[in-house]
Amino acid sequence: MMKTDVVIVGAGAVGCAIARELSKYKLDVIVVEKKEDVGGDASKSNSAIIHTGYDAAPGTLESQLVVAANPMYDALCKDLDIPFERIGAILPAITEEQFNSLPAIKEKAMKNRVYDVEFKTKEELLAIEPNLNKEVKGGLYIPRESIIDPFILVQALAENANENGIHFLLNTEVTGIQTGDKCINMVETTAGTIDTTYVINAAALHCDDIAAMVGKADYKIVARKGEFYILDKNTSCKVNKIVLPIPTKVTKGKLMCPTIHGNMLVGPTAEDIDNKVDKSTSKEGLDTIAVDVKKMIPGVALRDTITQYSGLRPNRNPEGLRFDMYDDLKGYINLSGVRSTGLTLCISIAKYVVEQMIEHGMEVSFKDDFISKRKGIPCFRLMTEEEQEEIIKKDSRYGNIVCRCETITEGEIVNAIHRSVGATSMDAVKRRVRAGMGRCQGGFCGPKVIEIIAKELAISPEQVNKNISGSYMVARKAR
Amino acid sequence: MLEMKCDVAIIGGGPAGLSAAVAAKKEGADKVLIIERDNALGGILQQCIHPGFGLNYFKAELTGPEYAGKFAEEAKALGVECILNAMIINMLPVEKSAICVNEEHGVVNIKAGSIVLAMGCRERTRANIVIPGTRPAGVYTAGAAQRLINRQNEMVGEKIVILGSGDIGMIMARRMTLEGAKVVAVIEIMDYLAGLTRNRVQCLDDFGIPLKLSHTITKIVGNERVIGVYVAQVDNKKQPIKETEEYIDCDTVLLSVGLLPENELTKKAGIEVNPITNGPIVNQYMQTASEAVFACGNVVHVNDLVDNVTIESMKAGKYAAQYVMKTRVEAIREVSSITGDNVRYICPQKIVITKENEKVRLYFRVLTPEFNVVITVSSNGVEIAKKKAKRVNPGEIEFIEIDTVKVQGEEVTVSVNKQGGAGLCAKK
Repeated sequence: MMKTDVVIVGAGAVGCAIARELSKYKLDVIVVEKKEDVGGDASKSNSAIIHTGYDAAPGTLESQLVVAANPMYDALCKDLDIPFERIGAILPAITEEQFNSLPAIKEKAMKNRVYDVEFKTKEELLAIEPNLNKEVKGGLYIPRESIIDPFILVQALAENANENGIHFLLNTEVTGIQTGDKCINMVETTAGTIDTTYVINAAALHCDDIAAMVGKADYKIVARKGEFYILDKNTSCKVNKIVLPIPTKVTKGKLMCPTIHGNMLVGPTAEDIDNKVDKSTSKEGLDTIAVDVKKMIPGVALRDTITQYSGLRPNRNPEGLRFDMYDDLKGYINLSGVRSTGLTLCISIAKYVVEQMIEHGMEVSFKDDFISKRKGIPCFRLMTEEEQEEIIKKDSRYGNIVCRCETITEGEIVNAIHRSVGATSMDAVKRRVRAGMGRCQGGFCGPKVIEIIAKELAISPEQVNKNISGSYMVARKAR
Repeated sequence: MLEMKCDVAIIGGGPAGLSAAVAAKKEGADKVLIIERDNALGGILQQCIHPGFGLNYFKAELTGPEYAGKFAEEAKALGVECILNAMIINMLPVEKSAICVNEEHGVVNIKAGSIVLAMGCRERTRANIVIPGTRPAGVYTAGAAQRLINRQNEMVGEKIVILGSGDIGMIMARRMTLEGAKVVAVIEIMDYLAGLTRNRVQCLDDFGIPLKLSHTITKIVGNERVIGVYVAQVDNKKQPIKETEEYIDCDTVLLSVGLLPENELTKKAGIEVNPITNGPIVNQYMQTASEAVFACGNVVHVNDLVDNVTIESMKAGKYAAQYVMKTRVEAIREVSSITGDNVRYICPQKIVITKENEKVRLYFRVLTPEFNVVITVSSNGVEIAKKKAKRVNPGEIEFIEIDTVKVQGEEVTVSVNKQGGAGLCAKK
């Protein structure tokens, strides 16, 4: 039997951020994740934005955490080598009605202590964003809305936590939780039973299922599907900022923004579905994206799409982000309703959770050898010719370009596989180094990446999966 | 940084690059260097192990590797040099240099007298045509599956649905069948075949594989691996007809939905690209808008037969060599080729007029299939060339030859019309 102090259920943004926060203390922590990789679910399919919280419901825990998290990203991204850019967002008012709603939006931002929201005139907006609808009446500018690589954020948190001694049990599902006298006892998993004092439920979409294991499911998680388009870096119509629609009472609406790698992201839809697995895109959903975004950016060229995907937001019913600890179940911490702002607030909620644990009696002391920095995978494409020359000399595999669309070398792929919490699947490689994320979508590099994973992990190509177990890439040898 | 000097640098060692290299050497270029990203010469032909290549050029039926092998051997015998496992990441057309990356040599600066672009093309993907549904494993472009089976000995699946009746799709239908997989259907959204008729006969009909014209995949199903697809008939606006939707059980979807010239390098270098072909604009010498840069093969426009690639590429190689040796006849002026009735594109897009008459072949594709047509070329309202054809098809490249002395105005227009003048075909 495994023995630990804390079990974190779920290795998404929140689970990994808590793991990293706990890794600063002398504690044994195990993160249990059902999928084959960290950040393999809700944390991977979102709009990749670090929000300011200007539009959160004032006074809520969610608002407090988002507003607190935003300024933390500059230092974090520097420490953990995460691609991050403060590009800012604009909210263009296209109709008279939208224009009239701007003061209320600004007022809400003030209530949330986001004081740097500014009004911009039509001329100013068109100068910032020439592809905006020329009918624009004016709008708001939110300078600290930022873009990030959401995959690397989660990986970096996990890797750094792992460097500092946190264990990750991937491909492992929690099957039950044994409680003792008003306290947590054991966590049963598909990889064995873990004796633990604390269980932190960060299972996002499945947090109600975990809560049910300890009789604390007084809420339901409803998956809200969001469909997106990713456009080619060479698309004819780009935006410089995050272009957000004016929210209506019904929906926050569909946005268009650059990704940290220079693609354009357009979406999402918002549709409540009756299960937690259906990540299919639909013609109807994708068509509504075109209709809505064209109101702001008439020239958006969705024909330049290189992929479409959908993500499931874990929407809580009753609504709202909640943090719960229980007197009658000591050691159990329940996080629920972490929605699209979860990517932003993962780092503040991590601190909040640990503070609450300490306040409620967890005895801890700091590690004196905590490693606060993490170095990312060398990015060949962004190096100078001299740096490229040097790295090829050190490791010739950096001279073998495998993914031609994104200029990704064998050296980077091998690094992604062998680093801490390394990649074991095609998607995990893709999310670490972008091999297969370009315009050919793995048409050329896919077969080569299968070979590299098989070789590096000493498995057969038939054992290489796209992501989770069962998603095999090739069926058998031809002869 | 290592520097390599050559007269003609050829980017890509597939059929286009090899033919260009051979021609450049024969024309008298001293040092001809092929830069190839794969570990062997031959390009995509290495995985095309089926016969059917060289019927026009060699008057013999060869496999892909055999066809490429003939040129690779000839190139070697002529003293063409090559650097394998090397990828060009940057090109400076005016300076006539290119930066390449290679495991053995690191970053290499290649300095040339002229450059020939021969990077070929890539396949359109699921995302390009926006197929809704989940994103499970088991959705492959036909070419990727072909590489896996023919070069890596891996079967991608057992029960296959193929979307698109392009040549690679049909050839893969036969290949998968021969390897013991079941090909359930080939689905084509158009009401006519996308590839060559001979491939339909030899790859589908002979194996009893059903071809569903005017159909498309409306949804891909499966979470880990593909478990099936929904297929529906489409109306005349290519929209699926809901009532006709049916579910087909399968574990693999292969896509053969078109090819796109691979011009990232070309665009990055600022060389003008034609929006219809997606390839650089060239004249009859296969010279791009940047005078020291030539281009040939599928990087210029997607060809139907490799034999045509060879002929076109030999021109590129020959004139790239002449450019370095400064032996080319001086140009007087340049005119444009314009698409008329039922012509999708023409290659070359520019025609150089010199003081000598030249016979120039204008290669083109039609927009819609038609029987008993007359192909005409007019210049300043005067017909300068004309020929008849029994049948034209968007899947097959046609050509018509003109005499440059007959060209009058600033442009020549190619049109394809029904014989007898009646029933004009769809206009652009």
